[in-house]
Amino acid sequence: MNTTLEPNGADHMFDTLGPVDDAAQRRLRARLAAEANAAGLLDVAYRTLDSPVGKLLLAATERGLLRVAYARADHDRVLADIAGAVSPRILAAPARLDVAARELDEYFAGRRKTFDLVLDFQLAKGFRRDVLAHLSAIGYGQMESYAQVAAATGRPNAVRAVGSACAHNPLPVVVPCHRVIRSDGSFGGYVGGAEAKQILLSLEAAA
Amino acid sequence: MVRTSHSVPALRLLDMRREPFEAIVTRHGPTVLRVCQAVVGPEAAEDAWSETFLAALRAYPGLRPDSNVEAWLVTIAHRKAIDQARAESRRPLALDEARDAPSREPVPGGWESELWAALAALPPRQRQTVAYHYLAGLPYAEVAKVAGGTPEAARRAAADGIAALRKTYRQGESQ
Repeated sequence: MNTTLEPNGADHMFDTLGPVDDAAQRRLRARLAAEANAAGLLDVAYRTLDSPVGKLLLAATERGLLRVAYARADHDRVLADIAGAVSPRILAAPARLDVAARELDEYFAGRRKTFDLVLDFQLAKGFRRDVLAHLSAIGYGQMESYAQVAAATGRPNAVRAVGSACAHNPLPVVVPCHRVIRSDGSFGGYVGGAEAKQILLSLEAAA
Repeated sequence: MVRTSHSVPALRLLDMRREPFEAIVTRHGPTVLRVCQAVVGPEAAEDAWSETFLAALRAYPGLRPDSNVEAWLVTIAHRKAIDQARAESRRPLALDEARDAPSREPVPGGWESELWAALAALPPRQRQTVAYHYLAGLPYAEVAKVAGGTPEAARRAAADGIAALRKTYRQGESQ
């Protein structure tokens, strides 16, 4: 923006204002989130959650939990993608994620084995969605191979496609793609990185 | 300003690149609050800010991607301020009628109250042009689009406003 200010220093009159104070900003943002939600304008609400596998981004539509993202996915980029794919009406609004955050906390503390959350699968399409639907049936502490998952979804030759579906899982941890490993018993890749997969499987083995 | 979105495929593609509204709030929220404080006073500013951003959120998916977002927000804030002034007035008061009349009363109290009181004492048009140019940083061409009239008239109104403020509000001016 080309802002040419007057040479007489009139702009200095407002220099004494300083920055808007943080309390006012927090108050206004909380009010905007609440009013947007009440008006049906909060298409996507999000918050972050600190966890043993790093900072997780949680995002939800009015329908349900839409996205869980690891830090390595770059949260800003994830939100930009959601803006394009779902809606740009996105606000940091933790209230809608209260239940998801609590259940994830309980899971990481070893006190929860299944998630009781409504999920919005709109970010997964076609076969990938079929794979995610099957993954939810792999129980806590259980593991299946990519080949077993492919067979279970009716496409035994689609082993690589199963790997791709896991790598693009929009709801990791909650939809347990970490429970899918290689046929030889090695862990294979993971959307959250190999270390995160190890942490989750160790957590579930110990409980 | 609410723009209707056309469902032309090319525009849809541009819409795909729109950033999350949260980023708009982060980048422009503080400046819009300053504008609201200057134009409607510190007491009513938070209501005006909330109404502005809620209206902006509603219209956001239809905003043209090449728009000046700050000018768009200031335009919405300007309209909310006019609505608020009309609601408070005993009779409906068009902005044009109010332009050259002094404000009814100064804004009472509040943080940085001297500056806000000095601004409140200005005729609305001077107060608006000062706020949109000096606080929002809009060039006079944009100020004129928001507040009406020509860019040159906006420049004169802001200059008159600054001259009046110099007489009533001296804090922060070392020379």
